Amino acid sequence: MAKFRKLKEFVIEKLIFASGIASIVFVVLIFIFLLREGVSVIKSTSLGAFLGGRFWYPISDPAKLGILPLILGSLLVTAGAILLAVPLGIAAAFYIADVAPAKVRYVLKSGVEILAAIPSVVLGFLGITLLVPFLKHTLGLPTGLTALAGSIMLAFMALPTIISISEDAISAVPREYKEGALALGATHWQTLTRVIVHGAMPGIIAASMLGIGRVIGETMAVMMVTGNAAVIPTSLLQPVRTLTATIAAEMGEAAKGSPHYFALFAIGIVLFLISFLINLTADLFLNRGKKR
Amino acid sequence: MRNEGARQKIGFGFLLGATLFVVVPVLAIIVLIVVKGWSALSLEFLIAMPRDGMRAGGIFPAILGTFILVFTSIAFALPIGVMAAVYLSEYAKDNLLTRIINLAIINLAGVSSVVFGLFGLSLFVVFLRFGVSIVSGALTLGIMTLPVIITTTREALRAVPRSYREVSFSLGASRWQTIRHSVLPFATPGILTGAILSIGRVAGETAPILFTVAAFYLPKLPHSLGDQVMALPYHLYIMTTQVPGVPENYRYGTALVLVGLVLVVNIVAARIRSRIRRNK
Repeated sequence: MAKFRKLKEFVIEKLIFASGIASIVFVVLIFIFLLREGVSVIKSTSLGAFLGGRFWYPISDPAKLGILPLILGSLLVTAGAILLAVPLGIAAAFYIADVAPAKVRYVLKSGVEILAAIPSVVLGFLGITLLVPFLKHTLGLPTGLTALAGSIMLAFMALPTIISISEDAISAVPREYKEGALALGATHWQTLTRVIVHGAMPGIIAASMLGIGRVIGETMAVMMVTGNAAVIPTSLLQPVRTLTATIAAEMGEAAKGSPHYFALFAIGIVLFLISFLINLTADLFLNRGKKR
Repeated sequence: MRNEGARQKIGFGFLLGATLFVVVPVLAIIVLIVVKGWSALSLEFLIAMPRDGMRAGGIFPAILGTFILVFTSIAFALPIGVMAAVYLSEYAKDNLLTRIINLAIINLAGVSSVVFGLFGLSLFVVFLRFGVSIVSGALTLGIMTLPVIITTTREALRAVPRSYREVSFSLGASRWQTIRHSVLPFATPGILTGAILSIGRVAGETAPILFTVAAFYLPKLPHSLGDQVMALPYHLYIMTTQVPGVPENYRYGTALVLVGLVLVVNIVAARIRSRIRRNK
């Protein structure tokens, strides 16, 4: 009986260990299976021509598979989103964490959590039905499906990440810092802008980076509102196409085993590496914040 | 001094303005979807098949498909996620392996949803020959939602007081007996929260199911795990961008059902979580 129990526990503990390392296994599997299909792109184009090529004509013959317009499209939309979301998000995080009375804080936090929960396709739907026509009319554009529309949508999608992680960092600043500053006669505002900001800085940087990560990887909303023109963008007011939207829109039509199919996987590798780098750096900042 | 007071007022006013700029549109979005979608809601809308090229009738297959995907993916991810959290909270030492596991979880949480879709296509649909099916979609969604389950469960396990474990050990219980009888029962609400939050996440995701399970239109309901399904988020996507002439309230109605589902799930999770925190 005791022997049976020992065996049972042995098996269970092995299962627990296996599950513990499952996350590592899955991350490695993702990378391997992207590589497995994606590296074949170099059969039809060189790495330089893939990353630096100015033309994305995947179904012309021969196919032109340069993703520079897509990279620039993603960067432009992301830059616009970050310019909007980072200042707004940090300001809101300070208000929620340090200024708002408890009851107001609860309401505001709930609002942010609801925003985080709304599926991206729903935001995309609202973007295409409301925001896109609005931009077209107010700015007098030939089409409202622009990089700007994408930036606005993505800013909203990055805000919950930026706000909640910044807020944690602000709340984690030791009370003594704040009390010390107030005891020395500083106003609440001075304490906030000169003392708390410093303590929370690594966390705020990490929050902004994770916000960027969220924005670059976002797919549905951005595909629905940016117009998806694969040209090198010159302004926020023209249609662009992002890396993510290209995969989502074209994988359904790409013939399995064609250069186009491999190229879409190669774009996946690029996205995977970008998010890997961003998360790694953000994690370094978060740990630095904790160690202090 | 007076100057500082004025500066503080302006400063706080600016922060409040920024916060309202974020929160007010959220409330406006919810109100708008409810108001515009309400007229589409009817029993027929919820339980009938689509008609007239999906411009009329109901969205039942999409609702059913989303429920199927939610249950199958959670059934796969919950045991792994909970055991992974048990490992991290009860077994793992502070060493390199643990650091790598944590990093992997963070990365899994950060991978773009469309990259999960590619991965699911490459591993499950093509390599393992599961085809475009519920199995492929559920496994893809399950892996995507693991970080949510692991982090909430780990938080719940860590909230169980150390003394519970020590008493159990001192009575001669083994490590697993301690976890099974003195830790897990007290962490159940937290584990539930993680599961519920991941339901909301799975129900709303579109990109991971694009190439692994989602169907544009199916005349019949699925009857095995090897079938494709329609799903609410994908249905809303095609209603909006691929099918011309869909009545506006039909789209808003679909959005309302999806948002309603996701929000109810999140409210339940928030309730359970706040009760746990109060009991601490």
